[in-house]
Amino acid sequence: MSQPTLAQYQTTKYSRIYSLGAARGDLIVTNDDVAGPIDSSDEWIRQRTGIITRRRASENLSLMDMAVEASNEAIRKAGIAPQEIGAVIFATITHPFQTPSASALLADKIGANPAPAYDISAACAGYCYGIAQADALVRSGVAKYVLVVGGEKLSDFINPTDRSISFLLGDGAGAAIVGPSDTPGISPTVWGSDGSHWDAVSMTGSLLEFRDGKTEWPTLQQEGQTVFRWAVWEMAKTAAKALEVAGVKAEELSALVTHQANIRIIDELAKQLKLPESVVIARDIINTGNTSAASIPLAMHELLESGAVKSGGLALEIGFGAGLAFAAQVVVLP
Amino acid sequence: MALSQAEVLAGLAEIVNDETGIAADAVQLDKSFQDDLDIDSISMMTIVVNAEDKFGVKIPDEEVKNLVTVGDAVNFIVSAQG
Repeated sequence: MSQPTLAQYQTTKYSRIYSLGAARGDLIVTNDDVAGPIDSSDEWIRQRTGIITRRRASENLSLMDMAVEASNEAIRKAGIAPQEIGAVIFATITHPFQTPSASALLADKIGANPAPAYDISAACAGYCYGIAQADALVRSGVAKYVLVVGGEKLSDFINPTDRSISFLLGDGAGAAIVGPSDTPGISPTVWGSDGSHWDAVSMTGSLLEFRDGKTEWPTLQQEGQTVFRWAVWEMAKTAAKALEVAGVKAEELSALVTHQANIRIIDELAKQLKLPESVVIARDIINTGNTSAASIPLAMHELLESGAVKSGGLALEIGFGAGLAFAAQVVVLP
Repeated sequence: MALSQAEVLAGLAEIVNDETGIAADAVQLDKSFQDDLDIDSISMMTIVVNAEDKFGVKIPDEEVKNLVTVGDAVNFIVSAQG
């Protein structure tokens, strides 16, 4: 009896982002709204972070609500049916259940049931991790279309008196559909992690410590100077490497879309990359705040909707944050 | 050849001026970066990284919090030059 020929996935050569969707928190929170508990002011916050307002979700608007809204927009704009989605990847650090995943519920809510669905915990790098995974799934033939969502309701995990990070944070969700392409649309991803700085962006305590009464409700905190140095000078190297492996020169970019951490990180990173003035730098943080995994798709969506960049141009996207985790890739704008 | 304290101070003052616009001659050894020069933590880190480049020294993150005055930074750089 002859050995049967095993079927394997048939690969496809290229992938691209078909579309984006966005949902932001329903509340506009001003600097004056957050300045009191940290003994600060509108001027101080603007100067040090660039933020004028951040969007936060009211009690009745959940992380899942925002993820569904963003996903539905992306699916509609991609011109596909939700049943065609072959995998759902949800990057988030604020899904309030250890298990089950946010992605399985999202897949069901958007009509993609029974698509495989899993969450990614890579904080502010999560969306770019998701795009790397989606690119691999599509080109390997595992899935035809992949939904990638970066979404956060960070306002559930902040301490109003914390001066390190809480006042920067906002809520929102961004979604992308990735699928097969006739031409290259997503470069190789330069990604990694550095657990030697595991606590540079962290929680004030674990859930077990909270259960045992040893800590207050755990909230986000960061070592600002350590993070700033890493986010600018190490990430400048990562971004440069991403351009190199993509075979793209800085002047060929339409946009730089970094994680929207702090305007001074964004501007210093752009300065280190010596980008020409023709490259549009995403500064969605000014009105949205820092939304962790959601910030890159939200910022890219805003650039496209406002007409600041055009579909078909190249954007360097780079996420970096807790872990420390990072990922950068060049994509063709949908 | 290792630079003198005065040479490091002059070089550091130039970096501070580039980052913040503070006049170089206002950057004196006894001045506190935060309290006298109103330099915040992010500007301080930019100054530190530029000082590392300029003087060829390593200034670890955990050391930065000890650099309260300009003199602290100058002395650290002078001794780190070996």
